Amino acid sequence: MLDMLQKLGKATLGFFERLGRGHLFLLQIFATIPGVLIRPRLILTQLYSVGVLTLPIILVSGLFVGMVMGLQGYNTLVDFGAEDSLGVMVALSLVRELGPVVAALLFAGRAGSALTAEIGLMKATEQLSGMEMMAVDPVQRVVAPRFLASFITLPLLAAIFSSIGIYGGYIVGVELLGVDDGAFWAQMQDKVDLRGDVYNGIIKSVVFGFVAGWIALYEGYDAVPTAAGVSRATTRTVVHTSLVVLGLDFVLTALMFGD
Amino acid sequence: MTEPVVEIRDLYFARGERMIFDGIDLNIEPGGVTAIMGPSGTGKTTLLKLIGGQLRPQSGSIRVFGEEVTKLSRQGLFELRKKMGMLFQSGALLTDINVFENVAYPMREHTRLPEELIRDLVLMKLQAVGLRGASGLMPSELSGGMARRTALARAIALDPMMVMYDEPFTGQDPISKGVLVKLIRELNDALGLTSIVVSHDVSETAAIADYVYLLSQGKVIEHGKPESLWVSKSEWARQFLDGSPDGPVSFHYPAADFRDDLMRGGLAK
Repeated sequence: MLDMLQKLGKATLGFFERLGRGHLFLLQIFATIPGVLIRPRLILTQLYSVGVLTLPIILVSGLFVGMVMGLQGYNTLVDFGAEDSLGVMVALSLVRELGPVVAALLFAGRAGSALTAEIGLMKATEQLSGMEMMAVDPVQRVVAPRFLASFITLPLLAAIFSSIGIYGGYIVGVELLGVDDGAFWAQMQDKVDLRGDVYNGIIKSVVFGFVAGWIALYEGYDAVPTAAGVSRATTRTVVHTSLVVLGLDFVLTALMFGD
Repeated sequence: MTEPVVEIRDLYFARGERMIFDGIDLNIEPGGVTAIMGPSGTGKTTLLKLIGGQLRPQSGSIRVFGEEVTKLSRQGLFELRKKMGMLFQSGALLTDINVFENVAYPMREHTRLPEELIRDLVLMKLQAVGLRGASGLMPSELSGGMARRTALARAIALDPMMVMYDEPFTGQDPISKGVLVKLIRELNDALGLTSIVVSHDVSETAAIADYVYLLSQGKVIEHGKPESLWVSKSEWARQFLDGSPDGPVSFHYPAADFRDDLMRGGLAK
């Protein structure tokens, strides 16, 4: 019993210690951002590897999610003779929820895990130590550009996900199942509010981009510098990011659409 | 008498429960090659990290170029490190850029030299380590010896005043070892450096060192010129230099009595 309590206490302390270190790490990143902004090349290369390389999976997933929603939505709405509202349903679900959330989950799997593994391996092969000894701050040169890239690209990826998803819904709903073309777009235009829906979706994806980048980079930077340590850190990135994104999504939804 | 480049006094450092340095004193004189030797696990690499300010000791003083490393801010440490080069055991080359860019990296970071000048300087550094022809290769295409020579070229890229070598000979074939021995000595003399070589390769290190410190179990066991160590009376120094499997450093890791251990197992029951 005592043993169990001790283990529980140790785990709790460990959790808060990591949480504290994570926040200090974030402050360190903030402090180095001005130095990164004067070297835009560092950010550009990361925008490519974090953002552009994640694009294919976002495009394909977005299209399929949209198509499935078109199909499922049509089957439900047609019973009530409301299939003309398919466009609204697809657009609202994507812009408010699925776009930011699924894009963030895919981002964690594709880009987040890659960031953790890369930084973890750089640590294991002493590249980060080497930079420090060359009087180069690895947080500024390696971590901060990647953080900014995550923060910038995830909202864009989420927007692309939603757009291609709507197009997927259009292909299935209008082209295949015969929903009226004009009604599909007109109702969407009428019911989707720029401020209430689109902006809120963007705010969500900005928050997710921040969190996904932070978790992935911290896990890499804090990884035990061994093969097993880097593998554990990579797994933790995907699991933690997914959980935090889903949890935060609930909180943000409650705040935005709760009343 | 000139002031030592590195002056360590009464240094204590522990990792968790384990004491790594138990009050050591050490001087690194300018212009020479000082070797720090001892068996694996004595904290030789840790000592370099302490000198470079990557680790902080529990107590004691480490002065490098007259500055107290233990009290320097992060910015102060970065300034100090511009005067040092370090050769890591693994080479620590940046794996996503080629040999040329690795050597150019510190120049691009810390100077505003024009591209043509950087190119010439990098080629000069690579020529010095014999790898000018390999400037286009990626780190993954280099052999262990070449990686270490590239790292050496990078370590001297900014013409530091001191270079620290962490186990430069480990895992090298005899030719690479010979090349590194020659490079360390020649670069030291040609560039007027101060070199610290951490190693457990007795013959290679003794061949180029001007002064040697032997460390074990957190203490400086013996120090002096290489030739004076060969006649050392210390049992420990004898065991290390002769490479005897047993002596003050026991062959066995500390363990319970062998007989008792066996009796506890299933077979004896």
